Amino acid sequence: MDFTRRNILALGSGAFAVATFAGLPAFASKTDDAIAAFTGGADVSDGGVVMTAPEIAENGNTVPVAVSAPGAVSIMVLATGNPTPAVATFNFGPLAGARSGSTRIRLAKTQDVIAIAKMEDGTFRRAGATVKVTIGGCGG
Amino acid sequence: MISRRDFLQTSMAAAALYGGSGFGNWGRLAAQQSLTQRKLLEFDTFGNVSLIHVTDIHAQLKPIFFREPEINIGVGANRGQVPHVTGADFRKLYGIDDGSASAYALSHNDFSALAKGYGRVGGLDRVATVVNHIRSERPDALLLDGGDTWHGSYTCHHTAGQDMVNVMNTLRPDAMTFHWEFTLGSERVNEIVENLPFAALGQNIFDSEWDEPTEMFPPYKFFETGGVKVAVIGQAFPYMPIANPGWMFPEYSFGIRDENMQAMVDEVRAQGAELVVCLSHNGFDVDKQMAGIVTGIDVILSGHTHDALPEPVLVGKTIIVASGSNGKFVSRVDLDVRNGQMMGFRHKLIPIFSDVITPDAEVQKVIDAQRAPFETQLNEVIGRTADDQTLYRRGNFNGTWDDLICNALIEEREADIALSPGVRWGPSILPGQDITREDIWNVTSMSYGEAYKTEMTGEFLHVVLEDVADNLFNPDPYYQQGGDMVRVGGLGYRIDINKPQGQRITDMTLLKTGDRIDPSQDL
Repeated sequence: MDFTRRNILALGSGAFAVATFAGLPAFASKTDDAIAAFTGGADVSDGGVVMTAPEIAENGNTVPVAVSAPGAVSIMVLATGNPTPAVATFNFGPLAGARSGSTRIRLAKTQDVIAIAKMEDGTFRRAGATVKVTIGGCGG
Repeated sequence: MISRRDFLQTSMAAAALYGGSGFGNWGRLAAQQSLTQRKLLEFDTFGNVSLIHVTDIHAQLKPIFFREPEINIGVGANRGQVPHVTGADFRKLYGIDDGSASAYALSHNDFSALAKGYGRVGGLDRVATVVNHIRSERPDALLLDGGDTWHGSYTCHHTAGQDMVNVMNTLRPDAMTFHWEFTLGSERVNEIVENLPFAALGQNIFDSEWDEPTEMFPPYKFFETGGVKVAVIGQAFPYMPIANPGWMFPEYSFGIRDENMQAMVDEVRAQGAELVVCLSHNGFDVDKQMAGIVTGIDVILSGHTHDALPEPVLVGKTIIVASGSNGKFVSRVDLDVRNGQMMGFRHKLIPIFSDVITPDAEVQKVIDAQRAPFETQLNEVIGRTADDQTLYRRGNFNGTWDDLICNALIEEREADIALSPGVRWGPSILPGQDITREDIWNVTSMSYGEAYKTEMTGEFLHVVLEDVADNLFNPDPYYQQGGDMVRVGGLGYRIDINKPQGQRITDMTLLKTGDRIDPSQDL
């Protein structure tokens, strides 16, 4: 009998992730490229951006992620471990009441999701969160 | 604010009862003579608010034996910190004498010998006696149930949790939060909760479609007790659809959501809460971490990881209380709240020695009524332990109950390797004791589990072990799910818990042949 997803769930002992972690470096350069294109090579400092994402995804196919950066004109969201890291770029006009956005993204595997905000003064800020993608676990 | 002296006053019920006896000098009579209900319940009522905490009862209506873990390793900042201290180290930490009632209740050594002296623990009719006694001293004490209540026994499974609902209702809880309850299926959970005569709380129970709070499970509830406005915020098990099958409750989403917890704390404070209590099913290390991130919680009543601690743990200004599992303990926390501030507390972890605490007659009747239709099945003897054999489950890597289960799977299914979930519930069986059908259900009862045979490659098996190991040994508690390692039969492996995921497990060996398992090998 082949080991199907349905069998895995039925076992209930859980904790099955077929993800491997070898691919990260290859994607990392795509992420760096995307950041460089967004910032034009400017320095990016931490803080000023709040990212809300689950620590462990309940379903890797649809992971809710929210970003907020008061004073931002643009926020780019990247899933660093996806084959195509770019997720979304939110642009805000001068009359935008809240500089925040939320969406659901698909994550191929455990990875860092990061947000880069371009601020009104032309500086760049960043925030990130590690989202673990796993199929199972053993509930105590 | 809270001094070491307060802590010592809080020390466990039985700690001082049985000094200097040493191992081997006691007998059943001596043990029980030194324990009395009066002493177990003795408490100098303090302040103006009392909280009563029970958690992780796992449907254990009747007294049972329960062996605490020998192996419970902490990682990262929690290395060597309670609750990751066991056995002699634990007894030394809390000043507990070897062979004493507290040693029996709280550590694993000499378990089966001590069990013969001190007898069974738990039983909800005994718990009722303790709750009623506390209410006699403080009539408006709040009884809070940390969840994992409607799961874990033959009768609970066959009544879809109704037996536990009926019995718990007689104890009149004020609020509850959840974990395994959801494995009854959301339809059944909703049906029960709609008729529940107390609050079903979970600030982290969200509607999965819209990712917003639900009406069924409000985040908090206010109580007026002792002239104090108390807010109880619920925190359900965060990893519900990950650790248990999400298809059973597709309408709900969970997660730690500590930013929402902070928002709820701020909200109840703004509404005049003088005391903020979090009724949590996070697990102890997650609660500790959350207490350091969320400000304004006075008390966390912690469940899920089944730890029993004779003293609360302090994180900043938050006290964290852990009350064990399977009905073995009740925690009483008295608090002095003045001018919207917790000025002090007194705490006692009360072990429910079933031979010492008189069962509440009314609750006993209700329990008997739940069990009556199933008596024949419950009492059916399936086997018997050898004279040198104790069956227990707790421990990070294995337990003799799981060895038995895995060996049974290997023999009956003619498999080379068996895997079984590393859960933390399930009572123990003493040497020379009959194993009944009820006992087997107590350690295996699940609404969705199945026993089946399949093929795996060595590589896949490795991924499985690595994944479970990371759920247990990730140095960041927020990534831990609170179970133990998946139990294995027929398989040996070496683990370095301090390595990152993917590198912890090495030297996987098929025990039948003694051969190293090749990644490409089909098993």
